[in-house]
Amino acid sequence: MAGLLTVHDPRGFAPKVTGKRLAARPQSLDGKTLYLVDCLFDNSEVFMDQLRRWFAEHLPAVNTKTIKPRESWVDDPGMRAKIEEDGDAAILGVGL
Amino acid sequence: MSLEQAGVPSIAVHTHVFARLAQATARAAGMPRTRQVYVPQPLVDMTAPQLRGYIDGIDPINKRPFMQEVIEGLTKSLDDEDLKGLTFERNNPRLLAPDSEDNLQKLFLESNWTDHLPVILPTEERVAAMLKGTSQPPDKVVARLRPAAFREFWEMTVEKVAVNAVMAGCKPEYLPVVLALIATGQTARSSSTTSFAVIGVVNGPIRNEIGMSSGIGALGPFNHANATIGRAYNLASLNGQGGSVPGETYMGSMGNWYNYSSVFPEAEERSPWQPLHVQRGFKPTDSTVSAFFGGWYTNSGYGPRATWQEKFRHCLSAAEHHNPPMLVIDPIAARLFRDQGFDTKEKLIHWLAENAKLPAREYWDNQWIQTLVKPLAEAGVEPWATKLKAKPDELVTMFEEHDINIIVTGGETQGAWKLFGGSLRSKTTSVDDWR
Repeated sequence: MAGLLTVHDPRGFAPKVTGKRLAARPQSLDGKTLYLVDCLFDNSEVFMDQLRRWFAEHLPAVNTKTIKPRESWVDDPGMRAKIEEDGDAAILGVGL
Repeated sequence: MSLEQAGVPSIAVHTHVFARLAQATARAAGMPRTRQVYVPQPLVDMTAPQLRGYIDGIDPINKRPFMQEVIEGLTKSLDDEDLKGLTFERNNPRLLAPDSEDNLQKLFLESNWTDHLPVILPTEERVAAMLKGTSQPPDKVVARLRPAAFREFWEMTVEKVAVNAVMAGCKPEYLPVVLALIATGQTARSSSTTSFAVIGVVNGPIRNEIGMSSGIGALGPFNHANATIGRAYNLASLNGQGGSVPGETYMGSMGNWYNYSSVFPEAEERSPWQPLHVQRGFKPTDSTVSAFFGGWYTNSGYGPRATWQEKFRHCLSAAEHHNPPMLVIDPIAARLFRDQGFDTKEKLIHWLAENAKLPAREYWDNQWIQTLVKPLAEAGVEPWATKLKAKPDELVTMFEEHDINIIVTGGETQGAWKLFGGSLRSKTTSVDDWR
C-alpha cells in the first residue's frame, strides 16, 4: 500500500429514492377529458394550441382542455386539483 | 409525476436536448418509467406550422412518430416494471479506496467532481487540518442544495464542505467563509439553460483577517483567499447538489467563466458609503457573505464623466431584464458620485431604478419576462400588472430599487465601475456562525 493515498469522497448526501407507481391507463381516450398543460415556457402556448388542433382533427372524440399554472416552474396545487377533479389524462409541455 | 401519483395518466413533452436530464430526474423521483416524449430543439421562435411539423413528425429520441408515442403513453397497459417504481439508496462512501495520486486525480476528473483543473487531493490529514478552521461539528448539515427548482435536494455537511475547500486549495482560516457561502442555500452551479453563475461578496472583519484583497485586481486571479474561496464555493456546490454535468445536471447553453471563481470583498475602509452587510441589517463588526445570482452580463464604464447619466441609461437598458444589476464600483468613482450628491448608496440606487427604462413592447418581448413575469402580471400581481397596461411605446421601469445593489471594491488605479447581472435572492449570511 506504500505510496497509496486515502482520500475523502467529495460528494454530498443524496436522498433515498422511493419508488412510485404510474397511474392506470384507459384503453382509449375517446370520450375522455385530456388536459393540455401549457407550462408557460416561451412558445409552449403555440405548441399546445397546435396539439389541441391535432386532436380536433384526428381524435375529435377526445375532449381537450388547455390549462396553465399560475407561474412557470412553480407547483400550482390549484391547477393540479382541477386536473385531478375532472381530468382523465394530461399532456404537460414543453420543458422541465 | 404528482399527477401520476394522483391517478391521472400523464406524459411530459421535452425538447430533445433535455432527454438525459428528464430521464435522470424521473429516476431520482422513483418513477423511471414516467412517459416522456421529445420534439426537436428549439421551440423558441418557431412558427405555428413549424411546431405542427414537430407534432406530425418523429420523436428524435424514441425514433417513433411523436403522436403515436403520446397516445400509447397515455393508453398502453402498464407492465410490472411500471407498477413497482424504483426504490434505492445512494450512500456514497466517506473515504474512497486507496490509490495512487495520478489515479485519484484521474478518478476525480472523470467523475466530474472538479472544475476540470487539477485539485488538491482531500486526504484524511488535509481534511482534518481544514476542519480546524471551524468549531462546528463535521456532521452538521450546512445546507440543502439542488441545481434547479425541479430537482431533488442533496445535503452538505461541514466535513463535505471542508473536503471541497481542500480540493480548491483553501487554507483552514478560509473555511468559515466557504461554509457561509454554502449556508446561503444558493448553489453556485445552477443548471439553468441561461448559464447563471454566482458572484459572492464578503463583508466585515474576516476580509482582513484572512488576507482577502479589495485592492488592485480584486475581481481577478491575484489573491489566494479570493481565488480559492470562490473556487471552493463552486466545487462544494457542484458536489453538494448531485453534480454539474453537461446534459444531466448542467444545461447552460454557453456556460459562464464566473463559474470558476468569483468571490471578492468590499473595500469598506475606502468606501464613502455604508457597506453591504450594514445595509442588510448587520453590525459593521459582523462578517458576512452575500451570494448574487447572475453573471449574465458585464458592462463597464469610467467616471462619472459629463455624460455619465447617458452612459448608465445605455447600460441599464441593455441589461437583461430578468437579472437585476449589481454595480461594482472603484472607490475613486464612488467618491466622485458622492461628491455629485449621491452621499448614500440608496440615492444612487434610486437614480438607477428610475432611469432603467424600456418601451413596454421591448420589456414584454424579453423571453424571461414573458415566461416568468407575464403570468404574474396577468394574474394582477404588482408592479407588473400596471406595466402590462402600458402602451407599446410607453416607457416602463425594468427594476425595483430593492433589486439593485452597489458594492465598492478596487485598487484606485482607475475610476472604474462594472455593472454585473446579480440578483440577491438569498439572505446575506453570517460568517461568524461558522467560525
